Amino acid sequence: MNQAVFEMKAISKDFPGVKALDHVDFRILRGKVMALLGENGAGKSTLMKILTGVYQKTSGELFYNQEKVEFQGTRASQEKGIAIIHQELNLVPELSVAENIFLGREPINRYGKLEWKKMWENAGVLLDQLGMHFSPKTLVSKLSIGHQQMVEITKALSLNAEIIIMDEPTDALTTKETENLFRIIHQLRNEGKSIVYITHRLEEVAEICDYATILRDGKLIGEYDVKEINQDKIIEFMVGRKLTEQYPRVDCEIGRKVLSVNNLSNKYIKNISFDVFEGEIIGIAGLMGSMRTELAKTIYGFYPKEEGRIFINEEEVKINSPELAIKNGIAYVSEDRKANGLILSLSVKENMSISSLKTFKCFLSKIDKKKEEQVAHQYVDQMSIATPSIHQLVKNLSGGNQQKVSISKCLMTAPKILILDEPTRGVDVGAKKEIYHLINTFKQKGMCIIMISSEIPEIMGMSDRILVMHEGEISGVIHHSEATQHAIMRYAVGLKEENK
Amino acid sequence: MKGSFKEEVMKYRALIGLIIFSIIISLLTDRFMTVSNILNVLRQTSINAIIAGGMTYVILTSGIDLSVGSVFAFTGAIGAYLIASDTNVFLTILIVLFLGLLIGGFNGVVISKGKVQPFIATLATMTLARGATLVFTQGKPISTGASENAEAFAKIGSGYLFSIPIPIYIMVIVFALAYYILKHTRLGRYIYALGGNEEATSLSGINVSKVKILVYMFSGVLAALAGLILTSRLSSAQPTAGSGYELDAIAAVVLGGTSLSGGYGNVLSTIIGALIIGILNNSLNLMNVSSYYQLMIKGLVILIAVLLDRKH
Repeated sequence: MNQAVFEMKAISKDFPGVKALDHVDFRILRGKVMALLGENGAGKSTLMKILTGVYQKTSGELFYNQEKVEFQGTRASQEKGIAIIHQELNLVPELSVAENIFLGREPINRYGKLEWKKMWENAGVLLDQLGMHFSPKTLVSKLSIGHQQMVEITKALSLNAEIIIMDEPTDALTTKETENLFRIIHQLRNEGKSIVYITHRLEEVAEICDYATILRDGKLIGEYDVKEINQDKIIEFMVGRKLTEQYPRVDCEIGRKVLSVNNLSNKYIKNISFDVFEGEIIGIAGLMGSMRTELAKTIYGFYPKEEGRIFINEEEVKINSPELAIKNGIAYVSEDRKANGLILSLSVKENMSISSLKTFKCFLSKIDKKKEEQVAHQYVDQMSIATPSIHQLVKNLSGGNQQKVSISKCLMTAPKILILDEPTRGVDVGAKKEIYHLINTFKQKGMCIIMISSEIPEIMGMSDRILVMHEGEISGVIHHSEATQHAIMRYAVGLKEENK
Repeated sequence: MKGSFKEEVMKYRALIGLIIFSIIISLLTDRFMTVSNILNVLRQTSINAIIAGGMTYVILTSGIDLSVGSVFAFTGAIGAYLIASDTNVFLTILIVLFLGLLIGGFNGVVISKGKVQPFIATLATMTLARGATLVFTQGKPISTGASENAEAFAKIGSGYLFSIPIPIYIMVIVFALAYYILKHTRLGRYIYALGGNEEATSLSGINVSKVKILVYMFSGVLAALAGLILTSRLSSAQPTAGSGYELDAIAAVVLGGTSLSGGYGNVLSTIIGALIIGILNNSLNLMNVSSYYQLMIKGLVILIAVLLDRKH
């Protein structure tokens, strides 16, 4: 009965400096729904990218129906009947449902003319099979997200997909749409299709999945029958990461309240309230889609607020642009250095001073380059940034050094409140240590620090208090002395009450 | 050693191109390398160069300004009208430049606040301003007249100082200023930053809208200045003046090596780009090449230069 339609044996994937997957054995059972579970960075997406041919494995073997296969690209995996439905749907909104389903495979007659009638008919039949009642002529942009997802599924079926991977499909769905999706998943399973269901919502696992495969730190933890495993057990398997790294936590005297966020809401976040004190590090934990970065950027004035107030030193501040945030002593180190943290076409010095150029002004609004260079040198030394010169283009630096430039830029604005979004993402172990020490020196100087991180051990090792977010809300606050990976993960997946 | 030599060559490739190009031209015709012809080329180039100076700013922010040719014509017509109706020369200059500033600012606001793509926004302004010019002039040239006032005005475009044409001085001053702003001021730094990565610039606490508005204002005011020079030189304004000037300006910027995707380039190489186009026009005239062929040759030269530059 438990026949594997697809098997991956001893799959490893190395990225420069990181082992993303380490000898993972993985199988997809025919006619079953698998829950693929793991923390951020556990290796789920890397594994799926190898399965669909986006990435090439470093070592290991793939078997489709016991037959060895190699996927050089997505096309090869599609031909074997593997379809993936991404969180961000891959549809052309300006085209009709039928056109989307048959994109690139439109039926044509001998003269190359599109056979619209045939396309509509075929699309109609497929939609009927799924019990969908909208017309194939409808524009995709007119459909709800739930229905758009159905179009993706229809497209997958029209490609004769045997294995359908769904990446957090219910994130954007209403309860009713979710029910409908589950009905379709059951139907597909009964037809013998295999489903890989990636989710952070553990309550869904028991509801629609047959078995769960859990990854952690690029390794397979195991494959479990969902009837024999409860949510707490799953969390335990997901987090059991060893706290090998030593975090240089320092205890500072907590000073007065500096930042106070009251009932902050907008389209990303709901009713966020918290305080931060002098010399304190607040860690913000949460899974992908928990809106941590969005919260940070809302406080920073990049996203508009709809409701709520922000107080700095007991005084209300109106911050509706990063410019005003910096004026009010808030600095933000972006999670994605390359995309929006640094300006890669500028030099180290120019990146460092961009937020604080006003302080280098002299006669005729000329930039005081001597002073600017002097300060840049100072930061290069202080942060031990490895660069041949302050005039080096920042794109030529390593990840860790780029991050230090990004932090220097913020420090030059002399902030009272420093928001660090994934400060050690993509930097090597040595640079990580240095960054932790830097963060601690800021803390000792009395700065308020808000640190967002996907690495739970890092959050636990550095923070004084930990806010855990789940779908735009704070689902729990934990003092560092009481923090366990298990407790954080429980809040992160949205579990509130203890169920043993 | 070899690497750094190559780097130096790359840095000055536009200038080196210009020199090689000039040598070839002076071998082909002996009427090219004369003081009077060189001054002539510089004077003819000044109008395109001044417009291209503003265009460089816009392109550095990864924008584009298609409206410059129409702004050139519109402000030129207003200038001619003001002079003809005996307005003080100094006041006329101020009004015309202010008008250019205003139209540029309008572009900037539509682009930054209205979130319209620069191409579309300035295409609309280009059409609008051209239409306004035709309405204002009723499709006929406006002469500045023969008053003393008009004679004083004519000095801007056709006067000499130490036997060098005045437009050349204006061009040099404009470029000195443009260079200074770009190299030594905050605004300059923000322009490069904006062209390099808009989101990162905004997240760095820079008012990106303000930078954009200023940049389009700069482009507008320089187009108006160029319009003044030509109107003054011809002592009249043509309703169809400046058609296609936006493309010459963009060509000068690109020939100078400034990247159309923004972030890289500088204003001094734009002057070289403008000179290459100016010399090409001049030498083809000297060699009696028909104006029909001239356009084709110009197109080819731009294409070849940009293709050569792409490799790097």
